[in-house]
This record gives sequence, C-alpha cells and structure tokens, in this order.
Amino acid sequence: MQTRFAGFADPVLDAQAGFRAVLEAMSRPGRVQQMVAPPEVPPGLSPAAASVLLTLADAATPLRLAAGAEAEAWARFHCGCPLVADGAAFVLDPAASLLALDAGTEEEPERGATLILEVASLQEGPRDERCWRLTGPGIKDAQRLQVGGAPAGFVADWARNRARFPRGVDVILCAGTRIAALPRSVSIEDA
Amino acid sequence: MTRDPGYNFAYLDESTKRMIRRAILKGVAIPGHQVPFGAREMPLPYGWGTGGIQVTAAVIGPADVLKVIDQGADDTTNAVSIRAFFRRVAGVATTERTAEATVIQTRHRIPERALTENQILVYQVPMPEPLFRLEARIAETKRMHALADYGLMHVKLYEDIARHGHIATSYNYPVMVNGRYLMSPSPIPAFDNPKMDRMPALQLFGAGREKRIYAVPPYTSVRSLDFEDHPFRPIRAPHACTLCGARDSYLDEVLTDDRGGRIFVCSDTDHCAERQASREAAE
Repeated sequence: MQTRFAGFADPVLDAQAGFRAVLEAMSRPGRVQQMVAPPEVPPGLSPAAASVLLTLADAATPLRLAAGAEAEAWARFHCGCPLVADGAAFVLDPAASLLALDAGTEEEPERGATLILEVASLQEGPRDERCWRLTGPGIKDAQRLQVGGAPAGFVADWARNRARFPRGVDVILCAGTRIAALPRSVSIEDA
Repeated sequence: MTRDPGYNFAYLDESTKRMIRRAILKGVAIPGHQVPFGAREMPLPYGWGTGGIQVTAAVIGPADVLKVIDQGADDTTNAVSIRAFFRRVAGVATTERTAEATVIQTRHRIPERALTENQILVYQVPMPEPLFRLEARIAETKRMHALADYGLMHVKLYEDIARHGHIATSYNYPVMVNGRYLMSPSPIPAFDNPKMDRMPALQLFGAGREKRIYAVPPYTSVRSLDFEDHPFRPIRAPHACTLCGARDSYLDEVLTDDRGGRIFVCSDTDHCAERQASREAAE
C-alpha cells in the first residue's frame, strides 16, 4: 500500500524544531510543548505523534505501530522504519503495556523503548483540579500536569516503571499538536 | 548570515542527526549515564571538540544564538573556528555575550554568569569515563555503573588525603548525578562544579573520540564526591583579577615577562569585559 499523505514541509528544519520541542519536553517533564505539525497526517495519528515519528524514527529504529493501514504505509514511506511486534525502539500502540515493553538492561538502560501515547488532552498545572504531580530531574520543585484520557492504571504502572530505574520506558504524551514527556526518572503522584 | 548551500544545515546529514538526537534524549532520561553513539569524522581533529560540535549540530536551529568558549575565553583559536564553522554551515548568529546566547558550547569552563532556562550548555569531553584511570576495561566500568559500585573512586580520594592531607584533584573532579551515576564533569576546574548543581539550563556532554553522549537535565542534583571530615572545597587562586578586580571569579595566571612578572586575570573573558565596562561607566 502506498501513502497519499505528505511528511514535513521542510524535512530538515521542521525535524530540528520538532527535536527541540521533544528535548524541551524530556528535560522539563510535565511542561507542555507545541510540536511542528506536518501539513497533513494519516488517519489514526495525531499531528504531534506524526511529528515525533518524522523527527526521531528511521531505518535504525524498529517501530511497533497500531494506528491503521494508512498510518503504517505513511510511516514505512516517510520514516523507512521496520514495523515490528517485538523489540521496538518506538511504540505507538494503545494496547501496549508500559511494563511489557523493552526496558533495556542495567548496563545498557538506553536500550529501553520510547512509548508514544495518544491522550485526549494535556494541560499544565491547573491548581484546583485533579491532576498529576511530577517530581524528579528537570523539575524545580514540582510540576502539575493534567492528562485527559490516560490509560487506566497508568500511574500505578508508572510507579513500577520508575522503581526499576535506570532500566525503564520513556513516554511521550501526544494530544493534538501538543506533547509532554515522562522520562523514566520522574515520579508521578495522583494529586 | 547566509549559510553555505554546499552543506546540509548544520553540516551533519539527517540520519546522523536523528541518531545523535535519540542518544541525547536517552541521556536526558537517564541523568549521568553515558549513551554510546556513532560519532562521525568531523572536519577537525579529535581533541578539538568533535563530540561537542556533533551535539551542537544536532541541537542548533536557525533561531539560535551560539557562543563558544575555550577555557572561558571567546577569542582563542578553537572558539573562533567553531563559531565560524557554525556561521558557515548553519548560518546561525554567534555572540560572545553569555546573556545573549541560547546555545553555549564550552571547552573546560562554565561561564561565571548564572545560566537560565532558555540556554543549553554543551560540553566538549575528552574522556567521559570517570573511572578510566582506576579501571581500564570498559566491560568492567560498565558493570560498575550498572551496580552503582563506586567504592574505587572513594578509595582514590581517600589515598589523596592520606598522601597529601587533602583531595588533590583540582579539575575533572568526579560528581554524583541525581544520587545514581558517577559522572565526569569534563575537565572543568573543581571551582565550577557547584554551578552544575540544580542549574536551570540543560547540560549536554559530547565525547567524539570516545563516542559517548551524556546529559544533566535542569534542576538536577550534582554532588561533588567528598567525605564528612574532608568536605569538597572549590579552589581558586587567592587574588583579585588585575583587569576587573573580581574576587569571586576563576582566575588564570599570566606571565608578563621573563623576570618573574605575573598577573591574575578572569578566565571568563565575557564576564571580565562586562565588569570592566560597568566599572568604566561608573567612573
């Protein structure tokens, strides 16, 4: 199957801007960043998730993708990445369990997978409402993040992911054109 | 500044940049852990900042303002040529002012001015492995990092105290990052170590010859190793800067003649120039 959908308008500079957004998100967990959106995205992917894949995935990164045939054809063409079921470096699959993904080894924890998780909404720090309270490297005191539509039991799973540090899975949350990241070093409290 | 169209933006090809970017992200997620990467041959020799340049090339964009320092100075060969390199291949603006820069590549110093959240500090690292003088086998040091087994480094510092009465390490002083990984801060003076602790700016480290990238995210604990009865002390020459009078900056000793004449001046040239300008303005 061929794809009808384009990639980045400017593959070099959009990828650079996309990387800086992901880098900013990863180094300041819980802060919401705006992604550079490609002009069109295949059905099944949010603009932010598509942008993360265009920025980081390529032939060297096996991808586990469950977003429909259009998205698979698009990823295969624009990223050139092998699509796999096991041993993926990037995972974009709502059925993927945080604790079942490759977490790397004690000696090579960098081999841990990156989970790209589509959620309904991302909002920084509303004071009065129910939200996550993040602490850890990259955060001055505490960062509040409201995530709409996170998988059930995510915070409990995250505590177990955090407990196996330095092994672990890193998460990039995507909602529309916005992202926030959860590196494995961060702790989440449901406040 | 227009860039040379004969090169891809920021010199490296896109797949190399993606590989470096992925390594940087994993480095940020595991503070202080050395992530291997496929360092490329760069148009300058190892030891001149090939690791730092590759990290900068993967990070920098057209809106960035780049500052490069070599031992604190903006006007040395290495700093001047790396700035010229990025002006040519990326067309970015460069500056000598710490306050104006968004990306600062450094060889062996941290600027005196406190860095902000909007800045990224890129270190050039000759030897990323803090344990390499104690254990030459990489397979062994990897295991020691995996087990957080850093007793050997404490023994080394203890032997310093036994021999010299104090810890005789004045640069490349080992640090613990986020209480987990022992990390080489690159050969910055121990004087600069406290600036790394909970720094608002992101700190990235690139070692080209050794092919390692590591990182310290903002606001992350960076503690210099020490003992309760021999606490870490940052050392500086007990003088004032001859040019600007600073008593709190790191100083270089400069010989002025062949009859023993010497002066002490700030190693951070921008900091010194700023202080001299404000002193002149006040007079």
